[in-house]
Amino acid sequence: MKSEYKIIANIITENTRVLDVGCDDGSLMEFLKKEKKVDIRGIEISKEKVQTCISKGLTVIEGDAEFDLKQFPDKSFDYVVLGQTLQAFINPELVIKELLRVGNKAIVTIPNFGHWKVRLNLLVQGTMPVTQTLPNKWYNTPNIHMCTIKDFFKFSKTINFKIFKSLALTNKNVSTINSSNLIFKNLFSELGIFLIEK
Amino acid sequence: MNIKKNIKTLIIKKPLKLDCGQIINDYPLAYETYGSLNENKDNAILVFHALTGDQFVTGLNPITKKDGWWSYAVGQNKSIDTNKYFVICANVIGGCMGSFGPSHINQKTGQIYGTDFPVITINDIVNAQVNLLDHFGIKKLFSVIGGSMGGMQVLQFVSNFPDKTKTAVPIACTSSHSAQNIAFNELGRQAITADHNWIEGKYSSKNTVPDKGLAVARMAAHITYLSKKGLQEKFGRKLQERDDLKFGFDADFQIESYLRYQGSMFVDRFDANSYLYITRAMDYFDLVKQFDGNLSNAFKNTKAKFFIISFTSDWLYPTQENKDIVIALNAIGANVGFVEIESDKGHDSFLLDVPDFLKTLKNFLDRSYIE
Repeated sequence: MKSEYKIIANIITENTRVLDVGCDDGSLMEFLKKEKKVDIRGIEISKEKVQTCISKGLTVIEGDAEFDLKQFPDKSFDYVVLGQTLQAFINPELVIKELLRVGNKAIVTIPNFGHWKVRLNLLVQGTMPVTQTLPNKWYNTPNIHMCTIKDFFKFSKTINFKIFKSLALTNKNVSTINSSNLIFKNLFSELGIFLIEK
Repeated sequence: MNIKKNIKTLIIKKPLKLDCGQIINDYPLAYETYGSLNENKDNAILVFHALTGDQFVTGLNPITKKDGWWSYAVGQNKSIDTNKYFVICANVIGGCMGSFGPSHINQKTGQIYGTDFPVITINDIVNAQVNLLDHFGIKKLFSVIGGSMGGMQVLQFVSNFPDKTKTAVPIACTSSHSAQNIAFNELGRQAITADHNWIEGKYSSKNTVPDKGLAVARMAAHITYLSKKGLQEKFGRKLQERDDLKFGFDADFQIESYLRYQGSMFVDRFDANSYLYITRAMDYFDLVKQFDGNLSNAFKNTKAKFFIISFTSDWLYPTQENKDIVIALNAIGANVGFVEIESDKGHDSFLLDVPDFLKTLKNFLDRSYIE
């Protein structure tokens, strides 16, 4: 999803240190390296994907963010990026806390479970929603902790982190989310992108 | 066999103070090279061999007449591509393929060293080999690479000479030999010294060899290089050229026959005293202790790009011990990549045809070289 990459790149300052948590095949890393000249590292749970990243010349370690982030010292990165994987963790709270310990700032993107198609899907079908962005069935989805944009705002108050920037992505259009348009954005955005800090 | 004829040797004039306190100089270091050094002298890779390896990394080993120990990984168009890179490998000091070792003559006594040879360490081994860089006029290597004991040398090399390599690839190794590692090595040493032909290490002067003890040492070690699953799949309970058990102590099972064969092949090419010395060097290896309990300090002065590789079925140097090195490097913000390769072939995976490993190693090197 290139638009998501562009939004993330726009948030990141050039020549900074970045860690991509759950870096997948390294395409975001490559993009940020090229666009923002960042010193970037990745952590990825899949062996195959780590090997793909290595073949692209990227510095990636095989590991699980839930256990392996603890090896990084406090504030060792300017930004820690977590792209669309928060919902897949057993303990998202712990992961967020770790992101904010390791990085000065974190960029978290979440697929919005509050999108109207998801809501309609459940309302009409009466079964767990399956959409383009969330293509798995309830029994084989890696997404065990789905949340909405609104949930993420509430979450920030509960576990006490600051949201500096919140952007919504719908059909490649980016817009800002604020308290007055939250209900609307929570209904029409496919993806929420947040810049957060402790 | 005339060993000397096929061995390139560099006489190291510069004195080397060993960890045991002794100083050695004018000692031979046997080495081999593959590929050619480019004009900028920036394509050299120093490969470190494991316990029973030697300088003959690839192609035909002129002494054993068998393929070099890392023929799968090193050669033209292979992972360590000799079309591109200049590969250097030296026989470790303490070894028996031409480098200064216990089978050499002690000039002071006119006798073979045997157990009078100084106890050497991984640190000593690496410090001896760095002289090769001066010999070839190489200021900075492109990479240092090795598996098992070779990996320990990689770690020690980067720690000792932080700006002498661009990349470092320690494979299936550890930063500190575990109790289990030491235990297996001790088993091997006991097998050798218990052989009545060992004669306190003076077997050469009596024209004999402790071949039974050395073979047992090799057999025991060989088991540690394989995985239970790999052994089970290859041998299971298959019988050796017989239809039924013979109710005796011949090799009824194929695995017995295989181990006996491995043991007997080994004694033809390896020196028992070298086996004692090199296993000792491995046991003494503890980079964590050398840096007062903080492994990160071993690497704090290097900008080298690391790539650490472990194997799922390696129980001798398990993934966690490799990961501990990754953790120490990440703690100081070093440039480190890591992957655990899926393989049933145990610790020996790095020496064998494991396509994911060979491909990943190649990708790492070729990408890092153009950066």
